[in-house]
Amino acid sequence: MTSMDMTQGRGISVSVVLRLVLLAVVAGLAVAPVWAGRSDLRLLMEVFSFLALAQMWNLLAGYTGLISVGQQAFVGLGGYLFFALAMFAGLPLLIAIPAAAIATAVIAVPTGWIAFRLQGPYFAIGTWVIAEVFRLSAAQIGALGGGSGISLPVALAKSLADSRGGREMVMYYIAFTIGIASVLMVWGLLRSKWGLALTAIRDSEPAAEAMGVATRRVKFMIYVLAAFWTSLTGGFVFLQKLRITPDAAFSLNEWTAFVIFIVVIGGIGSIEGPVIGVVIFFALREVASDWGTWYLIMMGGIAIAVMLVDKRGVWGAIRARTNLSIFPVTKVLD
Amino acid sequence: MATILSLSNVNKNFGALTVSDDVTFDMPEGQALGIIGPNGAGKSTLFNLIGGTLAVSSGTVQFAKQDVTRVPAAERCRMGIARSFQIPHPFVGMSVYENLLVASSFGNSGHHDAKAECRDILDRTGLLPKANRPAGSLTLLERKRLELARALASGPKLLLLDEIAGGLTEAECHELVETIKGIRDSGVSIIWIEHIVHALTAVVERLIVIDFGKIVAEGEPSKVMADPLVQEIYMGISVDDTAA
Ligand SMILES: Nc1ncnc2c1ncn2[C@@H]1O[C@H](COP(=O)(O)OP(=O)(O)OP(=O)(O)O)[C@@H](O)[C@H]1O
Ligand SMILES: [Mg+2]
Repeated sequence: MTSMDMTQGRGISVSVVLRLVLLAVVAGLAVAPVWAGRSDLRLLMEVFSFLALAQMWNLLAGYTGLISVGQQAFVGLGGYLFFALAMFAGLPLLIAIPAAAIATAVIAVPTGWIAFRLQGPYFAIGTWVIAEVFRLSAAQIGALGGGSGISLPVALAKSLADSRGGREMVMYYIAFTIGIASVLMVWGLLRSKWGLALTAIRDSEPAAEAMGVATRRVKFMIYVLAAFWTSLTGGFVFLQKLRITPDAAFSLNEWTAFVIFIVVIGGIGSIEGPVIGVVIFFALREVASDWGTWYLIMMGGIAIAVMLVDKRGVWGAIRARTNLSIFPVTKVLD
Repeated sequence: MATILSLSNVNKNFGALTVSDDVTFDMPEGQALGIIGPNGAGKSTLFNLIGGTLAVSSGTVQFAKQDVTRVPAAERCRMGIARSFQIPHPFVGMSVYENLLVASSFGNSGHHDAKAECRDILDRTGLLPKANRPAGSLTLLERKRLELARALASGPKLLLLDEIAGGLTEAECHELVETIKGIRDSGVSIIWIEHIVHALTAVVERLIVIDFGKIVAEGEPSKVMADPLVQEIYMGISVDDTAA
């Protein structure tokens, strides 16, 4: 008992230190345009984008057990709808991105309705098929460049800010907001009554259902929420790229496979996992990106190694041995 | 007394296997009803049908005068049906207290002070010292108690208990019987599936015997247990009892 209390006490104080470190890192990132170079900023924008995508995939798979391999559908829809709303509806860029995400969430209702008829692996395949349908459809739309894609007109891009530096600054803060807010949103959700439902579903769906949690409805809500935020991220990604093609927008590799890697390595079913996973993923990529195919083989190898050593991922393994928690969600009976 | 639960001609098949065979019974509100029967007789299946975890193949289930045959399990819980699982299904990544909070937040309990209510239930079920421990760290016996505690936290009108006394010492069993009597006396209707017949008969006023999915005997416990047919089945049960 005493030794348990001691480790608990130490766990809590280490958690506090970790939280302070993280806060300092976020504070540093908040002023990154001051200290970081152009290529560093570009890298950080990607990090924030993948952080948001990973948080959303983790919310889906890690909590509701919905394994989607079709999240690229929502990245692509976010990108294409953003281009369409900005170019043809004349919406200001900063409005077009969230507007595209809202439209995507609306589209996610019927696609979810279809995908939710399917169970387990069929659900996964269903989400992929839906994403392919969107990719093939996007290639058919001549106004958006068909299969070869389309660029955001320079005049539109310039509407963000006059100077190149100014534009990059605006873009950086959009990415920063999308990334950090994704973590805070998931944290807030998990601390609410709905977090109880989600965690219960994660641990035992039949028991959650028997205790009054309308599991289907909760899962559907999360599916739509993930579609919204994934689309928001997609809109930003293609604002940064300034050019969109069906293959890039609906890339299974980029927007789902890498994201799954991040979540699985970092630790599925926790807020900390995707954060750690993103750091590991980009660290590996920086080291090994010019190894060509070997880079992908290494990624696969690392994923398999993590699965063999501890399939709960880095954070899962830490959590099983300590009481560490950076984003506490537990409710204590005092 | 009003009828709280009413099953009419309930059947359940898994392919060619009939697991519930034309089950019909009414249960008055406030009753404590025991169900016994050999392994694989279809007792837990009946709970799955009453709680909505499984859909009936045919027949109707009425709860508090409403036809709930097609109502999903979660909705039935919100109406006041709570169940424990024979094989415990704790939310392993949550604390014991949070397990109860799930039930109290989404179940039928309209109570204002969930915290106090959960504390009281944890106290009554002996889990208070473990309240803030992860449910995954509990022993099997503690997990069974958690099944009971969590079901209670949902604020049930009808409580379904599936073999929660197995593996207890005589003293622990006695304690459990007192706890369940207390729940019954607070006005909750109870159906209790249990192989440990003396514990069951200490609480229930009516017994139903199920064999091969069918009700083969029912009535006042001492009379049911004296029935020669039941005696024959009971031999089977007492063997399982010692094995458990
Ligand atoms: N989902 C299912 N699919 C197929 N068969 C099932 C299913 N669930 C239960 N059964 C079968 O139905 C029969 C009754 O099972 P049930 O769990 O209701 O028995 P029980 O009376 O609770 O037994 P025990 O005393 O061992 O708990 C068993 O033969 C079991 O194998
Ligand atoms: Mg059973």
